[in-house]
Parts: sequence; C-alpha cells; structure tokens
Amino acid sequence: MTIRGTEPLGPAGEGRRPGTIPNGLFGMLVFVMTEIMLFAGLISAFVIGRAAAPAWPPPGQPRLPVEATAVNTLVLLASGAALILAHRHFHQGERARMRRPMQFALGLGAFFVLFQGYEWVRLIAQGLTLTSSALGSYFYLVVGMHAIHALCALVLLGYANLRLQRGFLTDSLFGAVETLWLFVVGVWPVLYWVVYL
Amino acid sequence: MAESIPSDATPAHDDHHHEEPSFASKYIFSTDHKMIAMQYMFTGMAMALIGGFMAYVFRMQLAFPGIDVPGYGLVTPANYNSLVTNHGTIMIFWVAMPVLIAAFGNFLIPLMCGCDDMVFPRINRLSYQIFLLSAIVLLGSFFVQGGGFGGAWTAYPPLSAKAEYSLTPLGSSIWLIAVALEFVAFLLGGINFVTTAMNARAPGMKLYDIPMVVWMIVIASILFMVSVGPLIAGAIMLLFDQVLGTAFYDPDRGGDPILWQHLFWFFGHPEVYVVLLPAVGITAEIITVFSRKKLFAYKTVLHTAIGTGVLSFTVWAHHQFIAGIDPRMAHVFTLTTLLISIPIAEMMFVYIATLYGGSIRLTTPMLWALAFIGEFLIGGVTGIFLGASGSDIYLHDTYFVLAHFHYTFYPIAIIGTMAGVTFWFPKMFGRHMNENLGKIHFWGSIIPFNFIFIPLFVLGLGGQHRRVFDYTNFPDLSLPWMQEFRVIATVALLVMLGFQILFLYNFFQSIFKGRKAERNPWNSNTLEWTTESPPPHGNWPELPTVYRGPYEYSVPGRDKDYWPQNEPV
Repeated sequence: MTIRGTEPLGPAGEGRRPGTIPNGLFGMLVFVMTEIMLFAGLISAFVIGRAAAPAWPPPGQPRLPVEATAVNTLVLLASGAALILAHRHFHQGERARMRRPMQFALGLGAFFVLFQGYEWVRLIAQGLTLTSSALGSYFYLVVGMHAIHALCALVLLGYANLRLQRGFLTDSLFGAVETLWLFVVGVWPVLYWVVYL
Repeated sequence: MAESIPSDATPAHDDHHHEEPSFASKYIFSTDHKMIAMQYMFTGMAMALIGGFMAYVFRMQLAFPGIDVPGYGLVTPANYNSLVTNHGTIMIFWVAMPVLIAAFGNFLIPLMCGCDDMVFPRINRLSYQIFLLSAIVLLGSFFVQGGGFGGAWTAYPPLSAKAEYSLTPLGSSIWLIAVALEFVAFLLGGINFVTTAMNARAPGMKLYDIPMVVWMIVIASILFMVSVGPLIAGAIMLLFDQVLGTAFYDPDRGGDPILWQHLFWFFGHPEVYVVLLPAVGITAEIITVFSRKKLFAYKTVLHTAIGTGVLSFTVWAHHQFIAGIDPRMAHVFTLTTLLISIPIAEMMFVYIATLYGGSIRLTTPMLWALAFIGEFLIGGVTGIFLGASGSDIYLHDTYFVLAHFHYTFYPIAIIGTMAGVTFWFPKMFGRHMNENLGKIHFWGSIIPFNFIFIPLFVLGLGGQHRRVFDYTNFPDLSLPWMQEFRVIATVALLVMLGFQILFLYNFFQSIFKGRKAERNPWNSNTLEWTTESPPPHGNWPELPTVYRGPYEYSVPGRDKDYWPQNEPV
C-alpha cells in the first residue's frame, strides 16, 4: 500500500493525480512562504535599525566589500541560471543532459558560500563583529541567516545530484530542492541591495 | 510500486506483512497520523493540567495574599512572575495549538479527505518529536538557576532581554529556545496539513466538498506559517541580545525595544485566528450534525475565513496603543480592528441561521458547540472596547484585557476542544463517553468559567492592574469589594478545576469501559464516519470516492435524513 499522492513519479509526472503539483514541490512552496516572511521580518528590522541610527554606516567601522560581493552575487545568479537550465532538461526527460548544469549549480553555489566566508574572516579582522556596532549586529544577523539557508540548500542540492547520478531523482524531490535553491538565489540580490548598498 | 524505488516519501507504510508491531514502533515511533494525533492530544492534556495548576497557584496568591498555597507553598514575587508567564505560554503554545491544530488536524484531515495517511508521514512523526522536546525543554526551565522565565508571555524587552529585570538569567533563553522548537514542530505539521488537504483528497472531492473543519485547519496553518517568520527573526535577535551581547532592543546602545513589539504582535494577533479558526470549524461540523441541517452559506463561511485571515495581518498595533506609537497610526489600527469583528460576527450569524428551524439534539458535543458561540460572543464584544484606541488607553494592562482575552481563548481552547473531543471520541477510541457525566462536566465548567471572568471584567474597570502581585502593598489602589471579587474568581476557579477531575474520569473510564460505538453513531455525512471505529491502520480497506458535499442533511425526498459523502446516487 502506498500513500495516496506520494507514489514515485517519472520525470513527466505520470501517475500523479491530475491537476496537482508534486507533493515535495508543494510542501516546499508552503515552506518558502514562511521563509519569505522570515526575511521580510529581518529586512524590516534592519531598515528600522538603520533609520534610528544617528549616522550610517556607524563611524569607525570598516566598509562592506561592495564590489567583491557584487561579483559574488553574479556567481550566485549564474548558479540559479544553471539550475533553471537543469529544470528544462528535467522536464524534457533528458536526464543525461541535466547532470552538467546540476553540477555547475552546486559548484557555483559552493563558491558563493566559501567566498562569503572569506569576506567574513576579513571583516572580523578589520574590526566588524557582532557586537562592535549596529551595522555589525545586523550584518551578521541578516547575511548569516542567508548563509545558513544557503548551506542547508547546498546539502540538499548535493543530495539531488547524488540521486540524479543513481537515476532515482523524483520530480517531488527535484521540485523541492529547486524551489529552495531558487529562493536562496532570489532573495540574495534583495539582501545585497538592502544591506550593502 | 513503492518498494521498488527508494522514494523520499513512501516507505512509512509498506505493511503488506501484518506482524504485530513492537510497543515502541506502535505507540512512540509510529508514523500513523491517528497515533500522532493521540500523542499530540495526550501531551496537550498533560500540559493543560500543568498550566491549570499554575493558574490555581497564582489565583490563590491573588485572592489570599501571602498564603501557603496547598500543594505549592509560599509564592514569592519571582515565582509569581514565572507562573503567570508560563501559564500563558503553555496554554497557548502547548495546549491550544497542539490540541486544536495538531491533534484534530492529524486525526481529521486524512480521515475527512479520504486518504490513508499524511503525505509526509515521517516529517509528521518528526513534528511530534520536536514538539515533545520543546515541552520538555520548557518544563526543564523551572529547574535551572533562577527558575522559569518571568518576563510575561509577550516577552517585551528590556524585561526579557536583561537578566537584572526578569531575574531569570537562564530561564528566559530556555523559554525562547522552547518556543522556537515548538514553532519548528508546527511548521513541519502545517506543511503536511496543507499539502495533504490539497494534494491527496479522495477522487471526486472538489474544493467545495471539503468539510469546513479541514478548511479551517488549512487556513489556520497558512496563517501560522506566514505570521511566524517575522517572530522567528525577532526571537533570534532577542536571543542574541540575551546571550551574545548585541543591542537590537537596547535603547541605551541604539536599539529599539518597540521593534520587538511589532515583530511579536505581527505574529501574535494572527495567532488568535490560528487557534480560533479550527474551533470555528469543529463547531460547524457539530452544529450541522445535531441540527440535521445543511451548513448555512458554506462558501460564504469559507471566503469569510480567508478574508479574516488576510485582515488579521493588519491589526497588530492595537496591542501597542500606549507604547508610544503615532496617534494617527492608532486611528488606522482602530479601524482595521473594528473591521475584523464583522467577519467573525458574520460566522456567528451563519451558525445561528444553521440552527434555525433544525431538529436540534442537545447532546454533550452540541452543548459545547452552542456554548462556544455564546461565550465567544462575549469575548468578541468586549474586544471592541480594547480595539478602539480611545477606550483602550484606560483599559490597557488592566484585568479587563485579561478577562477579554480569556473570554476568547477559553471558548477556543477549552470549549472548542471539548466539543471536538466529545464529538469524535467514538471514532478515536471506538467507545462512547458517558453522556450524563459529560453534561455534568459541561455545566460544571461553563458556570464557574463565567464566575471567574465576569468579576475580573469588573475589577479591570475598577482599575486593577494585571501585573500586580500583591494588592495589600498598594492599599490606596484597591477597595474592599475588589478583594472580595478576587476571592469569588478564585473560588470559581477551584470549582471549575474540580469538575475537570470528573472529565478525566469519564475520559479514561470510557476509553476502556465505555459503550461500544458503531461506525456512524451520530448519523453524520463526512468520510471519517464511513470506516470502523477506531479506524484501522490505513483507514479504509479500499479508499472511498466522494459524490457530494459534506452537509447534505434532511434532503427532501430521501428516507434517511443524512446522505454520506461516499454514497453513490
């Protein structure tokens, strides 16, 4: 006996109830709704905190690496684009052709997180810490929250890669992973605009 | 099919071979939605007893200041703060939500939608395990240095952010962690509820054929998930303030304490509707069955519930009228708050219209459902005085607020739950509860409930402040009759708690010794009544097909006055 609606599906979704989207994708969309509100809360807190400060950025604090992060933002967007390409191959049923873009998405995403970590190390060395100023507090809070999401999503993306190689990637799992990663990619330019610029 | 491919969602149910499962896998690590519902319900009941005991202790202190409370001892101011804080927290997050949403949601959604389990059974199990962990963490906070958190359940900074104010250096952080874990549990549960109700319904069950209680739980879950995000953000910031020394909420170092109030109430007000809507849904099921009538204006109720949900995100600052917000903003929030009473009033009228002309049967669940309408009405009407910023300035932080709040949450969390438990008890356990004991318990709970909180309304209008621990320290602020009213409220509470023993006796006695229940003891239409009582693992030998909506009672031209959803024409 299987649970209705959870039968493993082929790439084109055969066997699914007509008119429904895969459970994994649906569940992840609901979850991403919460995530959007979480980041909306963080952004509004940041905006209020910045508006209340007498001077922004606070004097005596290092500047955020605006240019380097702009490049890193492009890297992350490229990762999202690679995943969208994989999505197209997936829904055309061409599993073999989606391996390369999936690996690109994973690799570029990992580069983004590592480069962010490198920037953090430099900023901490320059004196920007969680308690050094309101800028530091909000920076590590907001960007750190995004980093945690990126790490979790990367683990899932790696898992999806593994399942793809073994030929077990269901559209439920792929839909879920894709949605989460595209959320991580999509929310970043907003955060960059609010926090860095 | 499921066994051939290691899918991410299936292996929970591969029970083609029926050997008896071990105790642990049947009762503790089960992925069966009905067992998880029972786990949530019994945990919620245990927490309700703890929360009720806390109410008993601090009500004793308020009525008889300085008394050695039997079963507890002397109440110090720090104890008192911990008790009121955790009474509120427990009753909302560990009683109302797990029972109304998680227990009924888990039990009813697969059964009413005609599927054999939730779509993510293992996530469902994880949800309960995290919930249990959160309950243990919260109760554990009473045994650390300084005791449980004492900064009120709203956790306003700086009271909650600085240990020198709350006097609970560890308790406040543990409280935050427990609440955060609890939110994770309900997030996982909510994803399951929404996905199951939308994706896994029986063939033929269209959106407008879904029973109202399922819709309400789905809407409530979505409300919870949308509103909880900002609170999680705020809670992380508060935890950082407590533990890592940041200054998000510290005005001395450039922070903003009002920010927490916004983030908290942006969640806190929709939360009222998160627990209200399931109770409204439970009432809808019961009222239609026991008046043998179709639910009046099904679609209107559904659309109203969605509209209420949307509107509930625009009212939060009515909690902050005296927190120094702009008076022009207070006007806006007054307007939205008064607006939101309209859809709720409409639902009450819908229920009255459903009752009109029906053949009403006053069974125990029906009594509870009717009491829900009547008592919640008082809660709603008194809310108008608090929603209007002009009168709220005088009533803020008095016992009027407290009594209003309890007139909304008691009908939701206790009356709504009791209605649901007594109604679905035959399905849950395959036996009937004792009807006479049930009715005695009903009157023994409802009458004392009004005797507790009507005096508190009067005390609030008299100016009694909700945070005062011992009014003998402020003889100028209290009159002799006020102390008498405090005693009345406390005595009524003792009577009410006493009658709960009767309920517990009836409940547990009926589980083992009650009269056996058939499949459909109430002659109801919805799908859960078409399977055995209690339903077997997998719910139906063959999953049902749906032909009509859930409320086809007393249809003219039929010999039976009900028409089950799965019965072909």
